[in-house]
Amino acid sequence: MATTETMTLNMGPQHPSTHGVLQLVLELDGEVIVKVTPHIGFLHRGVEKLSEYRTYHQILPLTDRLDYLAPMSNNLGYILAVEKLMAVEVPERAETIRIILTELTRLESHLVWLATHALDIGAMTVFIYAFRERETVMEIYELISGARMTSNFFRVGGLSQDVTDEFVKKAGDFIDSMPGYLDQYEGLLTTNPIWLKRTIGNGVISAEDAIDFGITGPALRGSGVDWDLRRDDTYGGYDKYQFKVPVGEKCDTFDRYKVRLIEMRESCKIVRQGLDRLKPGPVLAECPQVCYPPKENVYNSIEGLIHHFKIASEGFAAPEGEVYQGVENPKGELGFYIVSDGGNKPERMRIRPPSFVNLQAIEKMALGSMIADLVACIGTLDVVLGEIDR
Amino acid sequence: MAENNRAVLKLKEKFAASIIDVAEFRGEVTVTVAKDAIIEILSFLKQSLQFNQLTDLTAVDYLGKKEDRFMMVYQLLSIPNKDRLRIKTPVSEAACSIPTATQVWLTANWLEREVYDLFGITFDKHPDLRRILLSEDWVGHPLRKDYPLQGPDREPYKGRLS
Repeated sequence: MATTETMTLNMGPQHPSTHGVLQLVLELDGEVIVKVTPHIGFLHRGVEKLSEYRTYHQILPLTDRLDYLAPMSNNLGYILAVEKLMAVEVPERAETIRIILTELTRLESHLVWLATHALDIGAMTVFIYAFRERETVMEIYELISGARMTSNFFRVGGLSQDVTDEFVKKAGDFIDSMPGYLDQYEGLLTTNPIWLKRTIGNGVISAEDAIDFGITGPALRGSGVDWDLRRDDTYGGYDKYQFKVPVGEKCDTFDRYKVRLIEMRESCKIVRQGLDRLKPGPVLAECPQVCYPPKENVYNSIEGLIHHFKIASEGFAAPEGEVYQGVENPKGELGFYIVSDGGNKPERMRIRPPSFVNLQAIEKMALGSMIADLVACIGTLDVVLGEIDR
Repeated sequence: MAENNRAVLKLKEKFAASIIDVAEFRGEVTVTVAKDAIIEILSFLKQSLQFNQLTDLTAVDYLGKKEDRFMMVYQLLSIPNKDRLRIKTPVSEAACSIPTATQVWLTANWLEREVYDLFGITFDKHPDLRRILLSEDWVGHPLRKDYPLQGPDREPYKGRLS
């Protein structure tokens, strides 16, 4: 009598399609997946523990390194949480620039998603094109902050410095050309029979399951749940902007692809609205207890220098209490939960990582599919290991 | 303010004996409840008050600051009502375990594994309670306040001023 047995196969942590150091232990019946067991933590740096030993200003650079494909969005989530804790009002110009930059970051992050997702499925051309456009965003980052990835540009109370006219021109040119590029990608993929065969019906997860698994962001909207924190639990001035929230129907990889592409077009519109709203004004709140002084004061007056030294070394004492701030990151809801005991360092800082929670659903999404479809599943969840492992 | 919250009113009506504290800070409502009733309360919030998503589950270590060392924190989100609620429950060091919330929300699985890994709080009846971020043979729970930042048996780093 013929017997069958399952085989265990190790995928990762060094594997080009796992988008970082993610290890998946697969139990296979032939090529059909019976069980997926993800192993994570290879990139654990203890960001939450480190945060307990740093002042509120010193934590900011750590947040860049969570989802390193969307540094500005992480910064925004963190500073909004601290601003909520300290009840700091941000000047309008700073708020607008933050929104412009976070939406550019969303474009950047989605471009990397599209590039790698397409590459995994075998569409190499899109990879090259998408990375070309991403480079423009990196140049914009470099222009304003001096760094291409770990920008560390936002500050509690505003921004580290004002942006130049060159930035406004570059960002404007970029989003004007972006819809054309998106058409180009869609021309290569949306009607491509190979792409359709690989994505339609792949990684299906129903709306109820998606909510139960805690999935957020484009992956949730791809399952037909009309939920976007920018609109439904608004923050950072997003209520002043008009944009559509795309929603999928079939809960599969193709719908998530469509949702993200529409989101990119909407991001372009938000950036345009932001650039039109941009008016001269201060970019840092008038709140000397919390914010750094302007650089002119630091260089030209002894009081400014003392002020800067005090904020840099001692930071500021936060009132006793706890706040949670969730933001709509490109990957999903990034949340910062800060518990303060009245000192200048948080008693506890919890990062709610969207990729970590979303990845959990892969155990269900990949069940019964082939190994090659699992690769599409990882791509469509758009996980970043820097954020999963923290 | 917090007293008029829809969820708080319902909870007070149904679980009056289990509610330890209701607080509001910066517009966020936090309800502290007793550990024995936690699963009952979470299920009630999900079934009757439409808190259909568990956004986050974590713990806080109040070593030497509170009578019960740990505080479990559940961040709930109601997508239909666009509403958030935070539920907390104290966990003492002596009885360092709490019933699992995995049967209420599937999200709780990995989140509880992380709390187990980093705080050493065990979850009763959890389907797969293993370490998640650290390796299986790791000793200690790094997010506890008595776990040194640089790790055990190492000189503290002295390179920084503060």
